Amino acid sequence: MQANRFDVIIAGGGHAGTEAALAAVRMGARALLITHSLDTLGQMSCNPAIGGIGKGHLAREIDALGGVMARAADKAGIHFRLLNASKGAAVRATRAQADRWLYKQAVRGALETAEGLTLFQDSVDDLLIGNGCARGVRTRSGLDFRAPAVILTVGTFLAGRIHMGEARHAAGRAGEPPANRLAQRLREIKLPAGRLKTGTPPRLDGRTLDFSVMRRQPGDRPRPVFSFMGRRADHPRQVECHITRTTEATHEIVRANLKRSPMFSGAIEGAGPRYCPSLEDKVVRFADRDSHQIFVEPEGLATAEVYPNGISTSLPAGAQLEFLATIPGFERARMTRPGYAIEYDYFDPRELREGLAVGAIGGLYFAGQINGTTGYEEAAAQGLLAGVNAVLAARGQDPWMPGREQAYLGVLADDLLTQGVTEPYRMFTSRAEYRLRLREDNADARLTPRGRELGLVDDARWEVFCRKREAIAAEQERLAGLKALEERAGNSRVCGALELLRRPGWDCRRLAGLPEVGSRPLLAGEWQELGEQIDGAIEIEARYAGYLARQQTEIDRNRRLRGAALPADMDYGVVAGLSNEACEKLDQVRPATIGQAERIPGMTPAAVSQLLIHLKKRKLRCA
Amino acid sequence: MADQPPHRTGAQAPGGAIAACATPPGRGGVAVIRVSGEGVRGIAQTLLGDLPQPRRARLVSLTEASGEPLDRGLALFFPAPASFTGEDVLELHVHGSPVACDLLMARICGLGARRAGPGEFSRRAFLNDRMDLSQAEAVADLIDAAGEAAARAAARSMRGDFSRAVEALTARLTRLRAHLEATLDFPEDEVAPLEDRSLAQGFRELGDEFEAVAQAAERGRVLRDGLNVVLSGEPNAGKSSLLNALAGEPAAIVAEEPGTTRDLVRVQVAVRGIPVELVDTAGVRPAARGVEREGVRRAQAVREQADLVLRVWDAAGGRPEPAPEERAVLVRNKVDLTGEPAGPLGPLTVNVSARTGDGIEALRALLAEKAGGAPDGAFSARARHISSLKEASRKHREARALFDRRQPAELIAEELRLAQEFLGGITGAVSSDDLLGEIFSQFCIGK
Repeated sequence: MQANRFDVIIAGGGHAGTEAALAAVRMGARALLITHSLDTLGQMSCNPAIGGIGKGHLAREIDALGGVMARAADKAGIHFRLLNASKGAAVRATRAQADRWLYKQAVRGALETAEGLTLFQDSVDDLLIGNGCARGVRTRSGLDFRAPAVILTVGTFLAGRIHMGEARHAAGRAGEPPANRLAQRLREIKLPAGRLKTGTPPRLDGRTLDFSVMRRQPGDRPRPVFSFMGRRADHPRQVECHITRTTEATHEIVRANLKRSPMFSGAIEGAGPRYCPSLEDKVVRFADRDSHQIFVEPEGLATAEVYPNGISTSLPAGAQLEFLATIPGFERARMTRPGYAIEYDYFDPRELREGLAVGAIGGLYFAGQINGTTGYEEAAAQGLLAGVNAVLAARGQDPWMPGREQAYLGVLADDLLTQGVTEPYRMFTSRAEYRLRLREDNADARLTPRGRELGLVDDARWEVFCRKREAIAAEQERLAGLKALEERAGNSRVCGALELLRRPGWDCRRLAGLPEVGSRPLLAGEWQELGEQIDGAIEIEARYAGYLARQQTEIDRNRRLRGAALPADMDYGVVAGLSNEACEKLDQVRPATIGQAERIPGMTPAAVSQLLIHLKKRKLRCA
Repeated sequence: MADQPPHRTGAQAPGGAIAACATPPGRGGVAVIRVSGEGVRGIAQTLLGDLPQPRRARLVSLTEASGEPLDRGLALFFPAPASFTGEDVLELHVHGSPVACDLLMARICGLGARRAGPGEFSRRAFLNDRMDLSQAEAVADLIDAAGEAAARAAARSMRGDFSRAVEALTARLTRLRAHLEATLDFPEDEVAPLEDRSLAQGFRELGDEFEAVAQAAERGRVLRDGLNVVLSGEPNAGKSSLLNALAGEPAAIVAEEPGTTRDLVRVQVAVRGIPVELVDTAGVRPAARGVEREGVRRAQAVREQADLVLRVWDAAGGRPEPAPEERAVLVRNKVDLTGEPAGPLGPLTVNVSARTGDGIEALRALLAEKAGGAPDGAFSARARHISSLKEASRKHREARALFDRRQPAELIAEELRLAQEFLGGITGAVSSDDLLGEIFSQFCIGK
């Protein structure tokens, strides 16, 4: 018999929805995931890659909390790179080109084997609301499902509108219907909404491309591994990517067709991302450049289709065909799908509260593009947070949000809640003030213990984590007690083994080669990739000790001075000395702490002081 | 950023040891320098040789790091939590000369303290539960006033060249950071690599610029300090004679500088040892036109930035007495002609005669009270600006050293981030979103 009562209902089966559902059931909740198509679970609707700068960091954090993204990337990755390898440990990031089908398979497999999770194919048409709280959803086929928590992860489907030249039509992702009724319903609730846009390039038939004229881009060696639990043996067969470039002739065609581009004719009202401009944008804004790079990315092992990354466009399909032929290697290219721009609704994330809960309606959570973000990793990260917090709330427990100093998850959530968005929000490492701490390599040390407490981390991962942590500590202690002879041209001198690790050109392997140091004792059953993690952690901690200590001091101070909680029921109107403007902003964002209040754009130090004083006065009165 | 006040809580905002002169600025008999917060014990040990016994005054000799003598005075140590702020506090009672105080403050800052922001001691005291509810109510007003006074002082202190130089410095630093951050966040985009000569040149130019601005600030010509008082009133109300009367003997004039327009006269005077800048808006008629309208506009701007306005009114002129204004004291001049007694008529009104000098002492007393009763540090934007500049410059030098030694780019970026936060103490914070905006305008980013 079909159950209709759950602990959590998730509407949407993209990257946010899947992590939300999986997190909820890992914590022991009964969850229902409703998607309009079970066949598109785990779909990569844009470019076929996971990770990159900032995004790889997010994927690792999700992994550290038991999420599926990094493990699926290991199972589907056909081309791995370690970006920024020489620029420092904190900005170093993993990226995998993924086989779309293998990725979907991995995600769907995880969903179908997750205990406590029910999958159902239907469209969510309406929210069931009672006493100002979400009670469940109503589907297009007329079924009601009930739960005390509902998470909406509906992506670009809210009132989606696709543009291609002068042609436009309502749509979700390419070829899929939009969720207009739900959008209408949400607009009735009067949450402040806006429009954003994003775009994709045309897809090409790889068999019609001449790769011999393009620059080859092989994967990196040693090949990086995504998940803390992953091994290279998980990876499928590896392939190469290629790079080609636009030409002056390409730009001329773009310029000649500009007036037919909805971006320039004014047909598109939404704001697009500045870091992911369309080819039209590039040609207009950087008119002095005679060429732009195109990354030719394979879509999978079993398909000839390729994704030419860098020429996102909403020009008419005819113009797309015309400009493609001017690109080296694409002269005879056959287009399999034209590029397009899509506009969609998002809701001002400043209306969200801790845990990504919608302030205006109890038990309702938003995650992913609905909050104005872009990217699989950003969506997955929010999905995980929303899933955790929906379950915590249903159990009557306090919300959990990692801090900015703890995780990119925290930077992401805090930015959304306090700053809002003006363009689709994507993660960059420059958004994190404590960047040197928020590294890919230590995502597990930062998050796995908390994940275990929350019930997100299973026994297998926890056991590996604990053994790894012990091995690192033991080796650090061993090295701290060892002296080594450092040989330099002319003069050799004795120094600590850990100190030697700080010198350029030194790593654990070279250190182990010194007779007075020797190898680290291996863990029982230690596999190669785990050993690499342990060595890497020891090297980085040794090299960055000074910087990390300095940031820790800054963080401790901040926590003490800015950690004071602001009550959820705070009436900002009665705070003495606050300007109307400050009052309005605080009322919209409803910051959870003083630190968060301080980060709201336009807040003055004087206003923050007034808040602190008001808090103290409240406390003194209650005492 | 236009709607933000010039002082933002940057890297320097919370925590750490803070120092300030707790007595009113100027030439008093004794100056008390107070240092509070974590690190005070270390500062005391270095400065005094050891930590004084709690709450016992001790005669100490204070020296520069080089061993050169600075001053002799009393040192008192109050361990947390039984102190004014609830933190470890060191108090130094020294001779009240402004120069000696400045040198001692510089020495203390060299040991790891920083200059306290407006109202910061009170804020810490309050947050550490060293005040009861009624005192707490008062602190709210105090911080408000301190913030406003500091904002005015900061806006004033950054006139003309200095302001432009700091803005140029900020823009250059932001550009350099944008380049560096672009190489980190967009390694696959066509951003010039780190080894690129333009980055090296950027570092060099930024260094020169820091040098130039720091020197200009140290020379002190471009920064002004002290209570700022504007004289306003009808042309024949006697503003100029009042200015002269307040300045007293010509020797009391600390510095004189021609106004930025011929309509404004600025005179630096010491009122009971407290530096006060008097600004005479002589020659400004309310119904001015053409060129003079610009003069009116400037006079208006100066009035808005003033800590205090002396509204000079001719008591014998037969015109109606002006209505009370915010931050304004009514000076009823020429009472020698009306026969009224000179002296204070209330907290915001004084009867004087600029010609005979009657009532001028009362007016001086009122000015001294306004300046002396000011929240800590409210009028010394200059010292904070200089120390912010120095800190920013130091971080820039560290970044450059890392760059020259080919250290990982993220470490260089970290030092530059801190440099920018220190500069943000002067110009307002540059957020990560501002930085991204700069990146996207400079480089064609995006696959």
